[in-house]
Amino acid sequence: MLGLNRKDTTLLIAVAILTMFAPIILNPFPVDSAMAQFNAGYPDLMQRFVIFGIFAIGFNILFGLTGYLSFGHAAFLGVGSYSAVWMFKLLSMNVLPAILLAVLISGVFALVIGYVSLRRSGIYFSILTLAFAQMSFNLAYSVLTPITNGETGLQLSLDDPRILDGAGSAGSLPVTNLFGLEMRATETVNLGPWSWDFSAGYYVCALIMLAAFYLSVRIFRSPFGLMLRAVKSNQQRLNYTGLNSRPYTLAAFVISGMYAGLAGGLLASMDPLAGAERMQWTASGEVVLMTILGGAGTLIGPVLGAGFIKYFENIFSKINDNVLHTWFAVLPDGIEDFLVTIVHPFVGKGWHLTLGLMFMLVVIFLPGGLVEGGQRIGRLFRRRKGKQTDAEADASKTPAE
Amino acid sequence: MDAIILQTLNGLDKGSAYALIALGLTLIFGTLGVVNFAHGALFMIGSFCAVTLSRILSYSYEIVDDTRTDFLGNPMKVDIPYVHSWFGESAGQTIIDWSVPLAILFAIPIMLFVGYVMERGLIKHFYKRPHADQILVTFGLAIVLQEVVKQIYGANPIPTPAPPAFTGSLDFGVWLGFDPNTIIYPYWRLVYFFFSAIVIAAVFAFLQFTTFGMVVRAGMADRETVGLLGIDIDKRFTMMFGIAAAVAGLAGVMYTPINSPNYHMGMDFLVLSFVVVVVGGMGSLPGAVLAGFLLGILQSFASMNWIKDILPGIDQIIIYLVAIAILLTRPRGLMGRKGVMED
Repeated sequence: MLGLNRKDTTLLIAVAILTMFAPIILNPFPVDSAMAQFNAGYPDLMQRFVIFGIFAIGFNILFGLTGYLSFGHAAFLGVGSYSAVWMFKLLSMNVLPAILLAVLISGVFALVIGYVSLRRSGIYFSILTLAFAQMSFNLAYSVLTPITNGETGLQLSLDDPRILDGAGSAGSLPVTNLFGLEMRATETVNLGPWSWDFSAGYYVCALIMLAAFYLSVRIFRSPFGLMLRAVKSNQQRLNYTGLNSRPYTLAAFVISGMYAGLAGGLLASMDPLAGAERMQWTASGEVVLMTILGGAGTLIGPVLGAGFIKYFENIFSKINDNVLHTWFAVLPDGIEDFLVTIVHPFVGKGWHLTLGLMFMLVVIFLPGGLVEGGQRIGRLFRRRKGKQTDAEADASKTPAE
Repeated sequence: MDAIILQTLNGLDKGSAYALIALGLTLIFGTLGVVNFAHGALFMIGSFCAVTLSRILSYSYEIVDDTRTDFLGNPMKVDIPYVHSWFGESAGQTIIDWSVPLAILFAIPIMLFVGYVMERGLIKHFYKRPHADQILVTFGLAIVLQEVVKQIYGANPIPTPAPPAFTGSLDFGVWLGFDPNTIIYPYWRLVYFFFSAIVIAAVFAFLQFTTFGMVVRAGMADRETVGLLGIDIDKRFTMMFGIAAAVAGLAGVMYTPINSPNYHMGMDFLVLSFVVVVVGGMGSLPGAVLAGFLLGILQSFASMNWIKDILPGIDQIIIYLVAIAILLTRPRGLMGRKGVMED
């Protein structure tokens, strides 16, 4: 289907079903139950799942396929956000032109930065992209204040021109929409003790993510994707065969930059403001974390990683000492206090500590990320059925040297 | 003319910090071939060693002073640091005031230990893995260290003053025959510059004039052959990692009076130090030092007002611009050797 083989089609359909029913799947606990705080089915968080999923998918096209580790990808996300907000200020509140412009502008940025950075590889490439991103961040904070509004961040205001639909919004700030469908419109369905929010903004993001995911599957399976993998496995050999690999890596860089711009544009569409902190190098580090945690070079890994990090960021940072005390209330007082003291540094504000530890553990023990973890568990089960088939499968996987 | 001298001096202290961190980074890279993204965190830990020592020294007990009363008429409670009661009030106060320089002695063993544990516990397992993995795991480690420090010391910067003897400023211009108050330079920054010069000289002397240093240099040039000669090169390299950590830590200790330590200061310096290392040339120790001072001075020149009028924002990006220009025109960096990380 759609030019994919059966396995990929199954994967795509599975992702589609998961994203379409996410508002239900992510709200498994009734509203009043004690577990309700683990629900993730509210629009704001779900939007972030898919938006950062797009960001990570794009990053994976560069890092997963070519092995070029960019430490400045957040710059494109920031550029995308700024251009989208400017479109809202100048043209109209429709998200479509904003997203298109975001993708276009970040593509141009990626072309320029990629053209320069890709002259070097390895650690030098990482540092060049890092330098470019920090430069954009510093400039956005200082000199470019007329464009970026500096520290305050770029926001909508009442006296923006908005050529196409400026007249309609008197007195209050207009909201982003897609041909009239407001992004923040939410339909709440109550069924027994459960409550599900179906938000228009989420579904717009989810559909775009599905398209982005489909595109990345096609890129992975195309001759172009094969060429990118060749760059990763041995660039020197590729050069010796007389191929110039730079156009391919540059194309991958621009594509992944445009994905980042798309994510930035969507972020701004859901909440029309843009700040320079989105471009800081810690933000670039975050997308690296997502991709690695999920599994670099796999199709579904980055989406998993993005969802995982955003979910735990949200849930972990909400847990405070009171919540911990109610959890451990069954235990005797001394043990309860002891456990709370132990867990306390890892939750709430200390969530980054957990993230850092988790990340280190993944890089050390599970370089393939969550996907490899899943595969290992799957293999464990299969091995019980019969070792014969497993050995055959491994043999067929080994590439010919 | 006086402006030029002033900006050069202003660049020296930042440049010293860059040079020290970059020196440590290069030591680690040159010996172990590991790209250490946690080096900024080591710098930060050094700073917090100074904070810790100054807290330990001013640790006090409470007594009731009957001769004075507070505004309610009750006898006033006074905190007396233990050092006051041990060494007498004036000597004790001097010790507290001098806690930052004293922290050098306190920080060296701690940083050596931290570096040793880091190398044996974590980095050791990453020699055979790709550079990307090394970057990622040390990046994770940097996050962890930073968050641990944040848990212990909180998120706010902790001001840690220099000893009162160094608080003022030096009217440097008078010495050179300019009018008074044209070139003023805080004493502590001068101290920082000389201190870093001494540390750098000590590291170079150690590598150049001791047998240990000779082995390490030989190992940097050809690790395998040194191993074949029956020398346990891994052990030496582990110690070099500890020394590199100590250098970063010392840079942090002495930097506390200039910039109050906070938990993310390491990250801020790390990015710039990497740029410095690349400009100086991966694996070249003199290159790292030279590039550190050059970029520090360049940055301070770029923040002069008349330059900012011509090119607004140039002070923010000058280092990155220079790095990009150098990487593209002279990929080995200023003093990089052939065959080191050329890919």
